[in-house]
Amino acid sequence: MTAASRTRPRVAIVGAGPAGAFAAASLLRACGDVEIDLLERLPTPWGLLRGGVAPDHQEIKRLEDTFDRQTLKRGCRFLGNVEVGADISHAELMSHYGAVIYATGAQTDKSLGIPGEDLPGSWAATEFVAWYNGHPDFRDLEFDLSARRAVVIGNGNVAADVTRMLTLSAAELARTDVADHALQALRESSIEEVVVLGRRGPAQAAFTSAELRELGHLDGVDLRVDAADVELDGVSQQWLAQEGTFTARTNVELLREFGARPRRADAERRIVLRFLRSPRLIGGDGRVESIDVRRNEIVRADDGMLRARPVDDEDRETIDCGLVLRSVGYRAVPLPDVPFDERSFVLPNARGRVLGSDREPLPGVYAVGWIKRGPTGILGTNKRDAEETVTCFAEDLAAGKLAQPANADREQIDALLAERKPDIVTVAGWRAIARHELEAGRRERRPRVKLTSRAELLDVARRAAPVPAAAHS
Amino acid sequence: MGNTQKKLGIAMYVAFPAMTYVIVGSCIKDDSCIEVCPVDCIHPKPGAPDFETVEQLYIDPAVCIDCDACVEACPVDAIYAQPEIPEKYDYALDLNSRFFGELSTAEHTSG
Repeated sequence: MTAASRTRPRVAIVGAGPAGAFAAASLLRACGDVEIDLLERLPTPWGLLRGGVAPDHQEIKRLEDTFDRQTLKRGCRFLGNVEVGADISHAELMSHYGAVIYATGAQTDKSLGIPGEDLPGSWAATEFVAWYNGHPDFRDLEFDLSARRAVVIGNGNVAADVTRMLTLSAAELARTDVADHALQALRESSIEEVVVLGRRGPAQAAFTSAELRELGHLDGVDLRVDAADVELDGVSQQWLAQEGTFTARTNVELLREFGARPRRADAERRIVLRFLRSPRLIGGDGRVESIDVRRNEIVRADDGMLRARPVDDEDRETIDCGLVLRSVGYRAVPLPDVPFDERSFVLPNARGRVLGSDREPLPGVYAVGWIKRGPTGILGTNKRDAEETVTCFAEDLAAGKLAQPANADREQIDALLAERKPDIVTVAGWRAIARHELEAGRRERRPRVKLTSRAELLDVARRAAPVPAAAHS
Repeated sequence: MGNTQKKLGIAMYVAFPAMTYVIVGSCIKDDSCIEVCPVDCIHPKPGAPDFETVEQLYIDPAVCIDCDACVEACPVDAIYAQPEIPEKYDYALDLNSRFFGELSTAEHTSG
């Protein structure tokens, strides 16, 4: 066993989100005989598939079955509730594994840099997302949904997700796996109108047409967009005709269709899409009461890109609201003891090989997903991204560039982790959590009822797998 | 030859809007369907200029042979045989034909 394990490369993947899962699956496909440990800070795997994808998009969450089949069921180990950088260091990983692949994603949000951004009632949309999806670190947040109007800043798919979650009926929400605390709060919500602010125009909205279409077809929700707002300026018209993507053209068509619709006075809730508007400040006495917006115009910048430029006129507007969700992008945070590019917010890398300060690859250190390329693309983008990183790993392995770690035996890392994290969650623990959640879901006719506190998650996992195998060594 | 077949197919499609399989908006572009398609009828392909900008993949009805392989392979069940398309994805057929309509325009204009 010991001799055999020394000849098989051992790889640690840090972060069990989609990028980590695609990397593990790709490694098993490309190299076959490789031992993979998927290290995850949470007691549960699959990252944003569980904690990001909206609860009313259950069909996308089915991807977890594929991840499970292609990774955990093929011998890849899950080591949950272990935080690299806190529980175990980068250097310790390097002394136990032939390679370490970072798949830690982009864990924080970009800020707007406007006054009032930090007032109570102004949140990063990602905090709201993590809360309604039952992320243990966000379950105790308290969103005040007692005002009648909320404002969502941003025009991407996270903005679309939070807008839907604020306007779906209680009956629809109850059919999803939204966290119980969020279901309760959203049921009692007084929000009747969600205003969505786009900095640029309809042709530049970052929504996919699928998400935009969905916003216009929610039960009991009137989607309003001012027909005049959908008229394109000359620069955008030209851009759309000559360079516009299929999605941009489809979006503009959809918005024209929405703009021409009669108002639905009987609708219980409203979504109002506004374009060419930027927030100037968030106002309120001790908490959010309003947001000031100014108008933009689209100009072609020197680099040929279309940009939103503030119009210097008196067209200022104050929108009363009690909740602001800022959705202007994710950003990665530096990891301890690993190089970080402070300008691009990624690990400096060449096709997934992490580079040192001399711009040369650090042997055995790789990156995949958002921490490698920045927060762009959709779920499937990570598959090709993972294949690129794994190709680099396979080349380095074949070229003998991966050093033999000092503590190459699986028993050694298990002993270290057992000492540091007695409540580590293994595959058996995760399966117990999943079973528990699915059974609770069956009783309530929901896809699953999530456990949302670390204590509950660890308790269910521990009862299934009381003694980590490593404790025997 | 393939091109002729394709153009003919599009013409036929316009005349008789019958379709085989269609991908809906929940597509995550993980390209599992492209890997298994025996007749290479799913577009755009990784590496194609519009691959990164499209929000989903599309099945060319003129080439599809109804083999069902993509339906089996899709990890998020985003592919349906035409009679089974859920109501909320009603738009998918029209969007699909528009995608290939624009593609053929682009092919014609680029010579």
